[in-house]
Amino acid sequence: MTGPVIPPTGGDTPPLLAPPLLKLSGIVKRFPGSLANDRVDLTLRAGRIHALLGENGAGKSTLVKIIYGVLRPDAGQMSWRGEALTIASPAHARRLGIGMVFQHFSLFEALTVAENILLGLDDAASRRDLPRRMSEISARYGLPLEADRVVHDLSVGERQRIEVVRCLLQNPALLIMDEPTSVLTPQEAERLFQTLRRLAGEGCAILYISHKLDEIRALCDEATILRQGRVVATCDPRRETTERLAGLMIGGDIKPPAARRHTAAAPPRLAVTRLGLPATRQFGTDLSDISFTVGGGEIFGIGGIAGNGQVELMEALSGETLADPAEAIRIDGVAAGRLDISARRALGACFAPEERYGHAAISGISLAENALLSARVRRGLARLGFVDAARSTGFAAHVIRAFDVRASGPLAEARTLSGGNLQKFIVGREVNQEPGLLIVNQPTWGVDVGAAVTIHRALIELAAAGAAIVLLSQDLDEILTLCDRIAIIAGGRLSQAYRPSEITLSDIGLLMGGTDSLARHAQA
Amino acid sequence: MLRLEPRGGRSPVWAVASPILAMALTVAVSAAIFALLGRAPGPALYTFLIEPLTSESGPPELAVKAAPLILIGVGLALAFRANVWNIGAEGQYTMGAIFGGGLGLAYPDAPAAVLLPAMMALGVVGGAAAAAIPAYLRTRFNASEILTSLMLTYVIQLLLIYLVTGPWRDPEGYGFPQTALFSEAATVPILIEGTRVHLGVALAVAAALIAWLLLQRSVFGFALRVYGQAPRAARFGGFSEARLIWATLLMSGGLAGLAGLIEAAGPIGQLLPKISPGYGFTAIIVAFLGRLHPLGVVVAALVLALSYLGGEAAQIDLGLPSAVTGIFQGVLLFFLLACDVLILYRVRIVRRAVKEAA
Amino acid sequence: MSFQLTSFLLSVIATSTPLLLAATGELVVEKSGVLNLGLEGMMLVGAIAGFAAATQSGSATLGVVAGGLAGAGLALVFAVLTLTFLSNQVATGLALTIFGTGLSALAGSSYVGIAVAPLPPILFGQNALVYLSFIMVGAVWWFLSASRGGLILRAIGDSHDAAHALGFSVVGIRYLATLFGGAMAGLAGAYLSLAYSPSWAENMTAGRGWIALALVVFSTWRPGWLLAGAYLFGGIMYLSFYVQGLGLAVPSQVVAALPYVATIVVLVLISRDRARIRLNAPACLGQPFHEAG
Repeated sequence: MTGPVIPPTGGDTPPLLAPPLLKLSGIVKRFPGSLANDRVDLTLRAGRIHALLGENGAGKSTLVKIIYGVLRPDAGQMSWRGEALTIASPAHARRLGIGMVFQHFSLFEALTVAENILLGLDDAASRRDLPRRMSEISARYGLPLEADRVVHDLSVGERQRIEVVRCLLQNPALLIMDEPTSVLTPQEAERLFQTLRRLAGEGCAILYISHKLDEIRALCDEATILRQGRVVATCDPRRETTERLAGLMIGGDIKPPAARRHTAAAPPRLAVTRLGLPATRQFGTDLSDISFTVGGGEIFGIGGIAGNGQVELMEALSGETLADPAEAIRIDGVAAGRLDISARRALGACFAPEERYGHAAISGISLAENALLSARVRRGLARLGFVDAARSTGFAAHVIRAFDVRASGPLAEARTLSGGNLQKFIVGREVNQEPGLLIVNQPTWGVDVGAAVTIHRALIELAAAGAAIVLLSQDLDEILTLCDRIAIIAGGRLSQAYRPSEITLSDIGLLMGGTDSLARHAQA
Repeated sequence: MLRLEPRGGRSPVWAVASPILAMALTVAVSAAIFALLGRAPGPALYTFLIEPLTSESGPPELAVKAAPLILIGVGLALAFRANVWNIGAEGQYTMGAIFGGGLGLAYPDAPAAVLLPAMMALGVVGGAAAAAIPAYLRTRFNASEILTSLMLTYVIQLLLIYLVTGPWRDPEGYGFPQTALFSEAATVPILIEGTRVHLGVALAVAAALIAWLLLQRSVFGFALRVYGQAPRAARFGGFSEARLIWATLLMSGGLAGLAGLIEAAGPIGQLLPKISPGYGFTAIIVAFLGRLHPLGVVVAALVLALSYLGGEAAQIDLGLPSAVTGIFQGVLLFFLLACDVLILYRVRIVRRAVKEAA
Repeated sequence: MSFQLTSFLLSVIATSTPLLLAATGELVVEKSGVLNLGLEGMMLVGAIAGFAAATQSGSATLGVVAGGLAGAGLALVFAVLTLTFLSNQVATGLALTIFGTGLSALAGSSYVGIAVAPLPPILFGQNALVYLSFIMVGAVWWFLSASRGGLILRAIGDSHDAAHALGFSVVGIRYLATLFGGAMAGLAGAYLSLAYSPSWAENMTAGRGWIALALVVFSTWRPGWLLAGAYLFGGIMYLSFYVQGLGLAVPSQVVAALPYVATIVVLVLISRDRARIRLNAPACLGQPFHEAG
């Protein structure tokens, strides 16, 4: 077989008499302590792009893992082309003609592009013919790839192409895309949509998982909306408004934070001057020539695609890696480049790194001990080398109250909290140290809308109190609404800073792709 | 088919029950091994586990055997907490005996009030020096402390053999590979008359208490636990990785060195080519059986000390090789590690359909 | 001169073969993402099992088979603990060595001082295990670099989660790799007791299992370098015995310490190049895998 299995049906109206490609009814999946899928129904048809819409934790990932044979449902029926069956394994799913592109790519860093693709091919015949078919598919769908390169050298966009090509080589009847654009520039996303439309036009069914409403309205023919594990609506997204879709997804009205008014320019509390750093990790990004200043009361946004130096910049600013010379980083005028993280905290800086588990917090210890981890210096939680347990507990309890963290108390282990609640605790822990400078990376990544609103409000209030805030985020909406000025990091270099009103989405896309400067804009 | 399901947290019940279950299973397997060796399991177990405690000298002997295990095990518990795998305690123990013992042999007539503390201090220095090499190689060159500390153990054992057969050999020792006996002033004093319970037993208990305080209450102890669970979070918390590696290796090495000196200048009374029945390795089991908790280490050390006494009893009464001790210890550690899974997971027995199993 | 050179080479082969056998097995184990520090214990158990089987049956070949099976048997214990019960691999490996040392001493107590008919040479005065060590290192090289099974094994060592998502049996393949590593360690032990010595003595491996572990790091997980490393270390070990026999003014202990010191030195030289280690080390080495994460 050289083309997709299902003959093209043409147009928007699939033949209603043919059985649906995949039909799920009453799917239930329990995990210890939660009901991830609660009697979910889903019908997918050939040639249609079907959106699976929902917040983080709504049960989307569980459902697609069931479809792809990674998980098995506790109850419910599945049928494929009208025949009842259970999908026993991913290999079984692939034999049926189901391909999947994972959100966190299931790629092997140390292997080459060709090896990665080979691993996804189950039958020997298709493996023999690989080089020719790879180049054929690459050309046909506009997905250029170099077979002999090792994956860890590739950009995120290139990695996604590997996954897509790996799926297409199986001639899928159904392609599942899990949050595919979260790592792409707007331009790359548009290119992906063209590929997907072309595939659907050839008769392939596509299940498109996302929480980005505009994207779904632009791309998808049908949508199933999940909330807390249940289907709350099935609709045609092209005929719905973004607001209505959001309401269905969230289940209530949540007001976005009020637009901020920028305060008058204050003396810089953070000044970064020509900061350059070779990567400390094997597959890390070198930072070069980064300069920016942030004044008191200002929120400075740094956007960009993951893996372009955000983690390295965060660690250089926090002191987890030391910068050279000391003057490259000044906190309230003090040269801080050679100071470690505790000394920088003493100067008034606080930090909330992106990775919650194992970096900003530790799952196996209590919230009180997690408070001790970073608030020791500024909140006096230790004296003469010994821990003041009462004060640690008290501080943790204060954060829990102030940020409405759902936990059994300050002695609860961090692992017992949901991701959103732990994130609220982490941001609350830093904000409650009354920092003069707060640096946060991806503060709302993977958290529910309620937690995101709480976190955003806290950042705004902190800025209003006179602190300087640096917000690193891949979520463009987040930095465009919250920040006074934004800059884009690409390949370890930081662009000029712009006011949000001065820059368009497509300009941001160009900067994300590594264009050095947008000549027609004045510097903010 | 066994399936493990995450509990979503640590089970406090199983944290305590797991070592008890492990010990019960170990006793059962030991019984089976005795049966395989043609001994009646009941009486053999009695000989191995109970009899050593019944005589009058039993409990004091247990304390004497447990002392070095506690000293070394406490240090290892701290190091293992931080995921610093010092497995060369046997060598550090030996180095402590060489350093401190050397002083005692050189100045046998010095006053006891000066000599013995100085010997102990040098014992600590010797053990710490032996552990400093893996610490330097790990922090400076990224070399695995597992392999370097173990390789050093072989080197240090050869050094001891060289000393007792060469420069330090007792000229009046009829050519045996051994040094002179330590003088009165250079000998660790007996605490309880009529037994062999010596000062080292008290020091071991004191070390466990101090370590416990350090681990539970100090920022350093907190840093160890954090670094062991999540090195990146430790850096975020402001704890230096290199400093923690140095500190844990020096502490565990120093305690092992002290144990070696006390053993040589106490129960043994001189330096011999072999001054340890494998305390440095057994202490690894002690540390795990004691849940990497200093007070747990004391209990675990008593259990493993019993396995040494039991091994001797089995040798004398049952004609079994003393290697029975090693098997008992290995099996115990196996079961302990296996039972620990129950703390974080619950075990379900599931029957899979034939089709799904394919 | 040429005779001396030949005899030198033959002796080096004899000292290198057990290192190469054990390290080749461990290389495959580590490539799958499992760190088994119990090599020393598995070698000892292989040595006594091989020796006992050979003296009981009179067949050295049967002894070799028994050695391999015994090593694999002990590796099975390790696999059950670390792969099914998710125990800490470092601790379990240490337990394996402690247990193997005790078990071999107990089982071997009645074999001390007994002679055995050594493994006969089959070609150019070398026995079958020597040839097997070469064949296996070549086979492992081919398996890892050119076969689909090897690709899957490397993938599992690189990212067990991704491999699981693609539907590969992470645990099953790690079981197989661990058993293979155990069998190779058992053969290495049998070589010591049936060809090298040939006799049984308590703790006769004298740290060779640990040196083999260091060799795997030295090779940066590449079979070609493993072969070179095994012969380098075999050469150093042989030299240390040779010099001890010369009766020089140097204390014999100094020379005897040479292989251990050399291991440390080589380990340092390799490890200091962090980039190279990270590039080649299996990313999942030593990490437990559970489906539910």
